[in-house]
Amino acid sequence: MIQQLNFGDLLPYWDVFARGLVFTIVLTLTSTVAGLALGTAGAWARTFGPKWAGAVTRVYVEIIRNTPFIVQLFFIFFGLPALGVKLSEDVAAFIAMVINLGAYSTEIIRAGIEAVPKGHLEAGASLAMSRWEIFRHIVLKPALMKVYPALSSQIVIVMLGSAVVSQISAEDLTYAANYIQSRNFRAFEVYIVAAFLYLLLAIGLRALLRGIGRAMFPKG
Amino acid sequence: MSLVSIRDVRKSYGAQEVLKGVSLDVGRGDVVAIIGRSGSGKSTLLRCINGLETYQAGAITVDGMAVGDGKTDLRTLRRHVGMVFQQFNLFPHLTAGENIMLAPTVVVKEQKGEARAMAEALLEKVGLAGKFDSYPSQLSGGQQQRVAIARSLAMRPTVLLCDEITSALDPELVNEVLKVVEQLASEGMTLILVTHEMRFAREVGTKLVFMHQGRVHEEGPPKALFANPATPELAQFVGHQN
Amino acid sequence: MSDFSFWIILQNLLLATRWTILLSLIAFVSGGFVGLLLLLARVSHSKTLRVLSIGYIELFQGTPLLMQLFLFFFGVALFDIEVSPWVAAWLALTFWTSAFLAEIWRGCVESIPKGQWEASESLALTYWEQMRYVILPQALKIAVAPTVGFSVQVVKGTALASIIGFVELTKAGTMLNNVTFQPFLVYSLVALIYFALCFPLSWYSKRLEGRLNVAR
Ligand SMILES: Nc1ncnc2c1ncn2[C@@H]1O[C@H](COP(=O)(O)OP(=O)(O)O)[C@@H](O)[C@H]1O
Ligand SMILES: [Mg+2]
Repeated sequence: MIQQLNFGDLLPYWDVFARGLVFTIVLTLTSTVAGLALGTAGAWARTFGPKWAGAVTRVYVEIIRNTPFIVQLFFIFFGLPALGVKLSEDVAAFIAMVINLGAYSTEIIRAGIEAVPKGHLEAGASLAMSRWEIFRHIVLKPALMKVYPALSSQIVIVMLGSAVVSQISAEDLTYAANYIQSRNFRAFEVYIVAAFLYLLLAIGLRALLRGIGRAMFPKG
Repeated sequence: MSLVSIRDVRKSYGAQEVLKGVSLDVGRGDVVAIIGRSGSGKSTLLRCINGLETYQAGAITVDGMAVGDGKTDLRTLRRHVGMVFQQFNLFPHLTAGENIMLAPTVVVKEQKGEARAMAEALLEKVGLAGKFDSYPSQLSGGQQQRVAIARSLAMRPTVLLCDEITSALDPELVNEVLKVVEQLASEGMTLILVTHEMRFAREVGTKLVFMHQGRVHEEGPPKALFANPATPELAQFVGHQN
Repeated sequence: MSDFSFWIILQNLLLATRWTILLSLIAFVSGGFVGLLLLLARVSHSKTLRVLSIGYIELFQGTPLLMQLFLFFFGVALFDIEVSPWVAAWLALTFWTSAFLAEIWRGCVESIPKGQWEASESLALTYWEQMRYVILPQALKIAVAPTVGFSVQVVKGTALASIIGFVELTKAGTMLNNVTFQPFLVYSLVALIYFALCFPLSWYSKRLEGRLNVAR
């Protein structure tokens, strides 16, 4: 016997959904910017940086890529206070997202850097450019351009993964859904709507990233 | 005193000795054409001159600066030594003009406006006025190589190294590049070029260097050497080529 | 005292790890099976099948795994069937895994040069025969590395089953934390165990990838 679906009971909570949605969007956008910056720095360390920086980065990347995001989140939010580092839910969520995207984008951007032909680096060196100038002016843009699609996919994956921050009571879209279903007992309907909103977010984010890509890399 | 002096330079890759004691003097305004079989060490020698490769023994000086002694800053050296590559190596994300402006603005900290004016003048000089805003992918191989030459010239080098700069080009595009090089030679630019263009080496070169198995096997005035090779190897090489 | 609780914590975590491993294995196998069907639909000549499979993939790649878990957990209950977290987690991970594997494998199939299709077509093989005897065997070789690589995502994905109450490694960590009040130690150990599970897979995947590049 199947129960009747009822989406009407959700309407009074539209503003809760809206707040959660905004939180998820803001969290995604801010952590994407910071995460890509971290990833770029990591990729630099792995390719152009001093040996020790490359080694440290490598350990960081492997740890993050081989543990679940939720465990990273719990470690930051519950574990770090034991060391005296106490973070609010929002900050912990942000940091976890940045660290996570930072690790994945380090690997992605590094692959792009390694695909830059050696001759271009030599041409830069022959023009008396320093290693940093070569990285900054010759390597970085073509590398980012080459891996931009992979970066975009990863950003969407991280956005979807952010649903987990609800577990430390950061008030994102999933937190909103949990809250609503605890009030109106319409769990299935609530999560259908939430899932649909995430789907829209994913589609919107992909479109946004495509647009940014076209603006940044006009020839790409 | 010669502008570029190479004294008994030895260079190995692992156990393989690629340069077995090379000596060479290049005076100001000389046009030195280096010829020789593939694998004889021509590129390696050229790359030692601007420090792209290190060598194990001997000495190289350019305009009084010692290369590869660990004391001379390579960046200082490279501001005086330009290099043009077989594969052009233009930066694909920059336009022709931006390729030329990059080093002057980043390395020399020239004003954008000045650098731009110079880039435009250089493009005109290599016959590419109006291609300032073209990306490398929109240019033919010959045009790309001419942009690469202009890019090197933007640093006002005292000597320009060219490593088989026409070898990657379709035959019909070779001449437009050689003409630019010839013009540079006539203006008194010091040039060291590795080339397979024998006619060009004979007509434009002031000195011919024949490399064989990691050594300078023969050197002298091009016309004389082509007419009367002293060694059977050069005789065979030019005979084979012609 | 603290030494004593360390071993208790570790022991309990390792016991719970069995469930992480089991759920990962089952989800990976069933996800792989569904993924294969999905792949065949995705590359078939039937437009309906293609559109359906694209929709399926979009849906499961475009929504959080956590939402999928909730939906299976609460959705099956709508049919008045009591659903255990275990079944909900298995179902959700299967669907989620299948979508990603199908997409990974499609990339492998499409990377086979067109000439292979044309050559086998000129041998009068039917589409499915070409697929079965020429394309898939080659695609399989390329697919091993990214498939092993994705298994890492599956292992990590099982951690979310803790949220619907399935007691695996992460849930055990949370429970132990609630009784020992040693979050730093507990979550460090949890992370370490996940790392011990995932790192060998990542490493092996990378090695396979490297070997393939050398072979070509
Ligand atoms: N990076 C390198 N590593 C090892 N061997 C090299 C390298 N570059 C060149 N060689 C070897 O050095 C020799 C001379 O090369 P090269 O200077 O490029 O010759 P040429 O330019 O005259 O064709 C060749 O045998 C080549 O295989
Ligand atoms: Mg060469």
